[in-house]
Amino acid sequence: MSATRVDPPRETAREQSAPSSTARAARYLMVVRELGVLAVLLLLILITYATNSRFLSEQSVRDLLLGAAILVILAVGQTLVIVTRNVDLSVGSLVGLIAFGTGKLLLEYPGAPIIVAILAGMLAGAFFGALNGALVALAKVPALVITLGTLYIYRSIDHLWASGQQINAADMPAGFLDFGRSAGILGIPWLAWIALIVVAVATFYMRSYRSGRELYAIGSDPDAARLSGIPSGRRVFGVFAINGALAGLAGVLYAARYGTLDATVGTGLELEVVAAAVIGGVAIFGGSGTVYGAALGALLLTTIDSALPVLRVDAFWQQAFVGALILAAIGFDRLLSVRLARRMKSRRTHVV
Amino acid sequence: MSSDVAGRRDSTRLSMLRGVVGSWEFALLVILAVTLVGSELWVDNFANTITVTFLLLDVVPIALMATALTLVVITGEIDLSVASMLGLTSAVMGQLWFSGMTLEFAIVLCILLGAVLGAVNGLFVAGLGLPSLAVTIGTLALYRGLSYVVLGDRAVADFPFDWTDRAISTIGGTGVPVAVIPTVALAILFGITLHSTPIGRALFAMGNNEDTARFSGISVAWTKFWLFVASGVMSSLAGVFWTFRYASARADNGFGLELAVVAAVLLGGVSIFGGRGSLFGVLTAVVLLATLQRTLQLASVTDEVLNLVTGSLLILSVVVPNIVQMINDRIRRPGAPVPEAAP
Repeated sequence: MSATRVDPPRETAREQSAPSSTARAARYLMVVRELGVLAVLLLLILITYATNSRFLSEQSVRDLLLGAAILVILAVGQTLVIVTRNVDLSVGSLVGLIAFGTGKLLLEYPGAPIIVAILAGMLAGAFFGALNGALVALAKVPALVITLGTLYIYRSIDHLWASGQQINAADMPAGFLDFGRSAGILGIPWLAWIALIVVAVATFYMRSYRSGRELYAIGSDPDAARLSGIPSGRRVFGVFAINGALAGLAGVLYAARYGTLDATVGTGLELEVVAAAVIGGVAIFGGSGTVYGAALGALLLTTIDSALPVLRVDAFWQQAFVGALILAAIGFDRLLSVRLARRMKSRRTHVV
Repeated sequence: MSSDVAGRRDSTRLSMLRGVVGSWEFALLVILAVTLVGSELWVDNFANTITVTFLLLDVVPIALMATALTLVVITGEIDLSVASMLGLTSAVMGQLWFSGMTLEFAIVLCILLGAVLGAVNGLFVAGLGLPSLAVTIGTLALYRGLSYVVLGDRAVADFPFDWTDRAISTIGGTGVPVAVIPTVALAILFGITLHSTPIGRALFAMGNNEDTARFSGISVAWTKFWLFVASGVMSSLAGVFWTFRYASARADNGFGLELAVVAAVLLGGVSIFGGRGSLFGVLTAVVLLATLQRTLQLASVTDEVLNLVTGSLLILSVVVPNIVQMINDRIRRPGAPVPEAAP
């Protein structure tokens, strides 16, 4: 972390062209980082395809996309939070709670349009996310502690509500389940389209909106961000609310995809989501990383899940593989940042 | 003059008293006492030795892991892989026993394994300077994955009776499990190290400001490395105990337990930023959570209420002191602008 820290005032005072070229170098290395994940992903797909060509059949690609969509949406929300140097561990519980709530809603009103279910889920998610955000921003307490607490609370609300019962796919409206499984435009499943739209909108927001850029500033240096007039409290609150809404969306999509719901849905999902973001190059202490990187990370995790059986690797190796991948990803990040720091240093001395 | 000195001494004594009474550890003790008294009065079958035995058997593995984790968190790091190290130790012990090794030798190997697993964490965090949160999320998955690689979905359950019996045997008729003795001994060892040795002061210094600690001659990297090794060893001890207590070695032993351990440490008053906390507070929190769990089970309240209580306590433990601080600031300077209140 400390290796990438530079001295902005000195740099800008000395040389006008230096910052732009170092900025270009930084951007170049960030692109390298995401391309790395993409390369690993393509390599994995290629090897698996060479082993068994049915891996890229229409049906298995569709299954892959359906599986990835939910994790991608969660990874996008988590990225917004992590970039501001926070974390939301309650998303797994939130997905479970909203998924169960969606099931309950549709059992009660089987004729409700899908969009109503989605909006209700996102609204409920935003409420719980805002609760996280309010506790973090107002009480000035680290998000890890607060969201570990709400992880337990949201999960127990889910359990108390479900009280041991299970919602069966057979009782759910057929139209809703069909939405969760069938292909939409261009043969791509609706769930994947939704995930794609979420990634596109979030990428655009993080790149081009002032408040999006401010999220990076908050994560790089919270004190400096506050001193330069960024409303950190409001931004962090907003990010938690958005992440909650996205977790709500993921919960509704989960209900549509699987149909069978109980109080254990989404247990442990939070660590998988954080893992996806870390693999995708989002720095765990904020300030750097992209939404599409995290989405690629999520896609990679899902692909590993479905590729290993095809490659005849024992399913028991899957989790060990993911763990090793996380370690490799953060090790690679370290290497890149050390390189970047060295390059910046040599450039500065060259200018002088 | 002398009365002035006496008065000052009185006031320091008073402020010391206020410090003890106002401390989080004291609040925890009060909550624990209230829970114990309330359970004995209103919950049937709470006040007997069997309850004590089962309560303390629940405490032992969490206390072992939380003891080492306390020191890790006080230096500003975290170890989320503790439950996975417990699981891997348990799986390896099952496999070793299955393949005919004597248990004495298997236990020694398992504790060594714990040291190695912790050293891997330490190498990534202290050696390469990577954030421990990310590293130990990685090893959480890696170690749990390896325990599935070792044991698959099999369970090894044919451990000899005298070993499994030893894990749950009690001291005389007191109901206190024998396993509590080494746990307490280790806790005292860690507690003395943390609170009354230069090493302990170095840990607090590292948690408060790592650069300052480094400049005052503390070898920050090595200290962190050995802390992660200690965390690995304590987790493997918990794994050995877990295996005998439930007479079963499975790859998913202790799955998800890391959050309970972290919750106990934070509830015990250790700052997640490092530099603040006490082992006594953490162990009180561990006993409190186990007591609440037993009470709720005996009162046939669903287990999930415990999660509600754990989560709420965790949030209250960090939010309430801040609110008290804010109110205090308002009262002390009525009308005066509250420092640091501006966002």
